[in-house]
Amino acid sequence: MIEIRDLHKYFGALHVLKGINLDVEKGEVLSVIGASGSGKSTLLYCINALEMIQQGSVLVDGTDVHGKGTNVNTLRQNLGMVFQQWNSFPHLTVLENVALAPRIVRGLDKARAREIAEQQLVHVGLGGKLNNYPSALSGGQQQRLAIARALAMEPSYMLFDEATSALDPELVGEVLDTMRLLAEEGMTMICVTHEMGFAREVSDRVAFFHQGIMEEISPPEELFGAPKSEHLQKFLSKVK
Amino acid sequence: MDYNFHWRPVLKALPELLEASLLTLQVAAISIVFGIVMGLGLSLIRLHMTGPVKWLASAWVELARNTPALFQLFFFGFGLGSFGLHLSPYMIVLLALSFNNAGYLAENFRGGFGAVPETQFRASRSLGMTAFQAYTRIVIPQVLRIVYLPITNQMVWAVLISSLGMLVGFRELSGETQFFASKTFRIFEYFAVTAVIYYVIVKLILGASRLLAVRLFRY
Repeated sequence: MIEIRDLHKYFGALHVLKGINLDVEKGEVLSVIGASGSGKSTLLYCINALEMIQQGSVLVDGTDVHGKGTNVNTLRQNLGMVFQQWNSFPHLTVLENVALAPRIVRGLDKARAREIAEQQLVHVGLGGKLNNYPSALSGGQQQRLAIARALAMEPSYMLFDEATSALDPELVGEVLDTMRLLAEEGMTMICVTHEMGFAREVSDRVAFFHQGIMEEISPPEELFGAPKSEHLQKFLSKVK
Repeated sequence: MDYNFHWRPVLKALPELLEASLLTLQVAAISIVFGIVMGLGLSLIRLHMTGPVKWLASAWVELARNTPALFQLFFFGFGLGSFGLHLSPYMIVLLALSFNNAGYLAENFRGGFGAVPETQFRASRSLGMTAFQAYTRIVIPQVLRIVYLPITNQMVWAVLISSLGMLVGFRELSGETQFFASKTFRIFEYFAVTAVIYYVIVKLILGASRLLAVRLFRY
């Protein structure tokens, strides 16, 4: 499980996360909502150590993410991440995009890495695109490629950073479907998202962030049905 | 004009000239390989380091780009010579060209690194790659594509300025031409033919570069 205790994050003088406490259980799907700049993406980056923290702690399966002796490269294999800008590697084919990290990070032999990559690409519906370059893919396909790439490391957790925000509206659905599929398969997921429909249907819990504070966290029916915080009420009235 | 062209001596010397042009090509090619490796190093130092190492790298780039290539050649020849370090003409030209190539290519690489989104590096690290792996597998291959044409230009430039080598006694294409021209006083004829050889070499480099690009960059 992921245990976040009194997490503080600053960018210079800017206090981005102000004492976050959060536990995410194995198998749970947590959606994180809130306005831009509320710190929700930063939270993800603090979980896989792409950002340093100034105070508090993050434990993943008991390992202190920001601890001195922690090997972040080993740790990150267990924390798949999907970015808003899908970041497919343009110089590699679809198959190579997915097979590279299993080979050079997990140390699998070439054949095994390709096998896993192919499985994951079929999994996200890109089995017919193995030898294409990402430039030949739509945004939605590239984002599914990014999901397959993260899954090929066989992580226990998946972190989604606004995975659909940069997509054309008609492409959002296919990516959400893939995320839904993962949730159904029991993947532990933290999804920073602006898709309220997705948050409502798929999540076990939804967290609302406002200016670096987690103001509310509860099951979706409760959070959307009876929002307690004033900021959340305002936020929901705007996004509806 | 009562000048009579005499091409026969040039034609007789053609095998020597062609052999010398291979030397030109060789020294230019090796200096480009050095230039790429050192230019990459210089650009990474300037992007990621501070202090004396960065100053040295910057001084290198500034000197290579903003002083005449001829002076750089003289530095490695007569300059080092006056400190008692006597290099062969081949080494002088190779070092001077490599120094010059590295300075120019460092700036191209810097632009190339700027053109690859930072998020490519982040995405690589998020998969558990080390910084070294992220650079060598993801970032640098993309940079190489961006700087591919500038590298080709630099290769052409290296071939052409290697002709300065004759001033430190290097018998590459120009040096060899000068040698024969002064023996026969058929200066115009020799240099006219040599100009054609340079032209053909450059065209061959451009053609080869284009073919290689097709093989290297399929995306």
